[in-house]
Amino acid sequence: MEPESLQGRLRSKILEMNFKAKSGHIGSALSCLDIMLSVLPDRAEGDTFILSKGHATSALYAVLNALGEIPDEVIDSFYKNGSVLTGHPAPLKFPSIPFATGSLGHGFPIGNGIALADKIKGSTAMTCVLMSDGETNEGTTWEAAHFAVANKLDNLLVIIDKNRWQGFGSIGEVLGDTAAPQLWAALGFEVNEVDGHDIAAIRTLKNELRQRKNGIPKVLIANTVKGKGVDFMEDTLDWHYLSMNDGHYEKAVASVQTNYKSSQP
Amino acid sequence: MRKHFSNYIENVADKYDDLVFVTGDLGYNALENLRDKLGNRFINAGVAEQNMIGMAAGMAYRGYRVVCYSIAPFVVYRCLEQMRNDVCFHELPVFIAGNGGGYHYGALGSSHHALEDLAVLSGLPNMRCYVPAFLDDMNTCMDEMFERRLPAYLRLGVGKPMPASFTPTAYGARRTVANAQLTVVAQSPIINNVLQALQNDGLDGVTDVFVVNRMPLTDLPADIAHSLSTCKRLLTVEEHVAVGGLGASVAYQAAALGIAVEKYVSVCAHGYPNGLYGNQSYHHEVNGMDIAGLSRTLHTFFENA
Repeated sequence: MEPESLQGRLRSKILEMNFKAKSGHIGSALSCLDIMLSVLPDRAEGDTFILSKGHATSALYAVLNALGEIPDEVIDSFYKNGSVLTGHPAPLKFPSIPFATGSLGHGFPIGNGIALADKIKGSTAMTCVLMSDGETNEGTTWEAAHFAVANKLDNLLVIIDKNRWQGFGSIGEVLGDTAAPQLWAALGFEVNEVDGHDIAAIRTLKNELRQRKNGIPKVLIANTVKGKGVDFMEDTLDWHYLSMNDGHYEKAVASVQTNYKSSQP
Repeated sequence: MRKHFSNYIENVADKYDDLVFVTGDLGYNALENLRDKLGNRFINAGVAEQNMIGMAAGMAYRGYRVVCYSIAPFVVYRCLEQMRNDVCFHELPVFIAGNGGGYHYGALGSSHHALEDLAVLSGLPNMRCYVPAFLDDMNTCMDEMFERRLPAYLRLGVGKPMPASFTPTAYGARRTVANAQLTVVAQSPIINNVLQALQNDGLDGVTDVFVVNRMPLTDLPADIAHSLSTCKRLLTVEEHVAVGGLGASVAYQAAALGIAVEKYVSVCAHGYPNGLYGNQSYHHEVNGMDIAGLSRTLHTFFENA
């Protein structure tokens, strides 16, 4: 199955999971689904992916479900009592979820440690950390960025899901753009920007960056649309939080079907 | 203890080729030996403790045993969430080594003291806190820390050799007598003040002394329970606040075992009750854990005897 055809199917899955769970963070999951679809199925031996923006975990679960790592019956337990699928990833449950996240600003320092360990061991593995743009407000981002540069972690790729919305406003309204390319360039990162919904482009860029052993850590600023694929959820703060009623769900599914026709049988 | 600590690490560096030592930009004139010995397994993470602990979790995930060194307050409080979420939740062998527990850094001020470190850390899942009282039990603590391969905190202070009268135990050490009238349970090098006070006051022969060098204390050791059941009088001494500390743990465990204690006094840190600061000895005096203060407390147990 071509990855592109997955984009609609997994969006429908994310909607179904969150509708049944009456849960929120839907816009965040739809925002970074395509980034995960670019990275997760395309890992080489030893590569690590860390979802630092843990609130988008329904997208991660959906991708791992499609990859066969999380069975359907487990997916059905999302948010339920006695489940391992919490609203932010739980620790020590799945090999592809090496770290429980949910409090922002944890994934990048962890990624530093994995990348440094791989360097010491002479491994060619790549560590990829997916952050949100709001998350880059966290002070650990700046501690971790200096560490990555000082330790020449060219095997580390930070991907920022830049949908321009954070907890209670747009990134411009809150602290300013802490995911601005010039900030990261000034820190000493190799900065690339990409359309965060273009799977082929992200994957190509990622694989180019992996080959660039120049002693410089990489950041990929993925410009995205919050709520991507569901017209009424796109580019709004509301769908960071809201959960769907029956009407929302019906409308959302129809919107995905229209926007991703290739996913229809 | 710091020199003893760095010598220990240097000595096990070959045995544990998965040992990584990370410092939060501290160790001038103390850790140069480790930097030379460990090569690329010695990492200065800079003045950035949160990244240091998260990074350590990442290295531990890749199979390393990671020691993170700083002064106690900096490596406990600033990065607590990294310890809980990144290290403890994932059962990773990250060992934080904090130099100068309690009032150790004295006149440098309250920012440099660690009076609540054990309360803060010992409730975390999979965490074990080690509080050596003597240079001798430091080795035992560190041996266990490395072999256990789970999250740990090592609180370093100023250590003296263990007196010959003490017997090492699984929880620390003890010195018991035949006709004890008082059970003393202490933690950290403050035990040296307790021992001096007991000796000065001629109370060695009537006192059972237990040193507990690890937290949390989830079960009261049988010998302590036996002593307490017999003496029914308890003194706990710790350079730590009462909440979440040794005394609270011993009292809780004693109550759970149904041991009737007739008199209990806790000597512990009360912060800065007079609003004034000084060296470690000054703070010991203010909190009644200097030798004279401990003598006064000991007399309250024996004044009617």
